[in-house]
Amino acid sequence: MIHRLRWYGAVALSLVVAFALTSVPLPDWASPWRPAWVAIVIIYWCLAIPERIGVLFAWATGLLLDVLHGAILGQHAAGLAFVAYVSVLYHQQVRVFPLVQQSLVIGSLVFVYLGSMLIVYNVLGSKPYSSLYLLGAVTSALLWPWAYIVLRDVRRKTAV
Amino acid sequence: MFTDAPSATARFVACVILSFLLISIDHRHQNLSALRAALSLAVYPVQYLVTLPVRMVDATAGNLRSRDALKSENDSLHAENLLLRARTQRYAALEQENRRLRELLDSSPVLGEEVVVADVLAIDANPAARQIVINKGSRHHIYVGQPIADAQGVLGQVIQVGPFSSTAMLISDARHALPVQVNRTGLRAIAVGAGDSDSLLLSFVPTNANVAIGDLVVSSGLDKRFPAGYPVGKVAEVSVVPGEPFARIVVEPAAQLGRSREVLLVWPQAKPSSAPAVAEPATP
Repeated sequence: MIHRLRWYGAVALSLVVAFALTSVPLPDWASPWRPAWVAIVIIYWCLAIPERIGVLFAWATGLLLDVLHGAILGQHAAGLAFVAYVSVLYHQQVRVFPLVQQSLVIGSLVFVYLGSMLIVYNVLGSKPYSSLYLLGAVTSALLWPWAYIVLRDVRRKTAV
Repeated sequence: MFTDAPSATARFVACVILSFLLISIDHRHQNLSALRAALSLAVYPVQYLVTLPVRMVDATAGNLRSRDALKSENDSLHAENLLLRARTQRYAALEQENRRLRELLDSSPVLGEEVVVADVLAIDANPAARQIVINKGSRHHIYVGQPIADAQGVLGQVIQVGPFSSTAMLISDARHALPVQVNRTGLRAIAVGAGDSDSLLLSFVPTNANVAIGDLVVSSGLDKRFPAGYPVGKVAEVSVVPGEPFARIVVEPAAQLGRSREVLLVWPQAKPSSAPAVAEPATP
C-alpha cells in the first residue's frame, strides 16, 4: 500500500511540475520553443513502468492539459494517448537505446504529437497557427537526456 | 516476457474513439462546460502555483520600499484622487441630466453597472490564442460572455467559467468581434481582433466614411453584452486600397492587452441580488 502511494506520488508530482512548466509565461520569441513537458513526463513513465502507466492514464492527463490550454476537449487527450501507446509498445527497444538515440526517438514522437495538435488547431479554429509551434519538438529532444536522468533519480528515490 | 500489446492497442483505440466523440461534441455544441469546469478545479491549483513566485516578488518589493518613495507615491495618489473626485462630482450631475433628458425623449434609461476587481494569473497557457485566466469564477457570479475592462478600456470577455477561475478572450483575438462606435461622428462599425499583433481592425467601413487618425472608438452596446460607452481604442491608421470597397482602419486598443495585472469585471445590469459579499463594488 505504502509502496503504491509512493510511486503514485512520484508520478503525480512530476506531472504537476510539468503542468507548471507548461504554463510559466515565456517571452514571445521563446514561447514556440517551449518543450512539450507533459509529453516528456508521460513518455518517461510509459517507458519505465509500462505495466502501471499507459494509454488510459495519458488520456486522462491529456484532458487536463486541454483545460489548461483552453483547447477543444479531447485534442491533447488523443495526442498523449498516441504518445503513450507508441512508448508502451516499444518500451523494451527504446529502454536500451543510448541517450542520444532515445532523444531522436522522443523528438520525432513529440514532433508527430505537436503536428497533429497543429492540424486540429488549424482545422477547428478559425485562426491559422504558425508552424513555429513544431519547434517544441527540437527542445523536447534536447532536454530529454536531462529529464530522463532527473526522473530516473526520482524513480530510484521513491523505489518505483 | 509477455508484453501487454493487444490490451494497449484496445485501450488506445477506445481512447481515440472517445476523444473524437469529445472533440465533435465540444466543437459543435459546446455543452461540455460542466465537465470543463470540473476539470478546471484540478488545474487551478497548478496555475495558482505558477503565479506564486511573481506574487512573492511583488510582496517583497512592497516591503523593501523606502519611506520616502512610499510618501511621494502617497502624495501623488492623493492628488490624483482629488482630481478624480472632482471629475466624479461633475459626472454625477451630468448623469442626472442625461437621465432627465432621456426621460424627456422617452428613451430607455442607461442602467447602472456593477464592477468587481479580479487578478490576472500570470500564466501563458496558449501562445497563439489571446486569452487570460483570472482568479474569479462561478463562485463570484462570473458568467460566460461577461465583459472585462481595465482602467483604460475594454479588454475582452469571459469564455469559460470554472468554480474559482475563468478564462477570458481578449479583443485582439482573431475570433473576437465587438460592435463599436466612433465617438466623434457616431459612425458604427465592428472591431475585429487582428490576432497577431495587439490591434483591431474596423470591418466594413466605406472608403468615404468620416474617420480620422486619433478618433476615439467606444463600445456601442448594440451586442447587449458590452456596456455602451467604454473606450475601446484610438484609430491608428486609415488607408484606402484602390479597388477595395471598404477602408482599412486599424485601431490601437486603449486597454493594456496582455499587460494588465488587474482587470475589472463588469455587470452591465445589476448583479444577481444573492451576491454574498462578492468584493468591493468599485462604482461610485
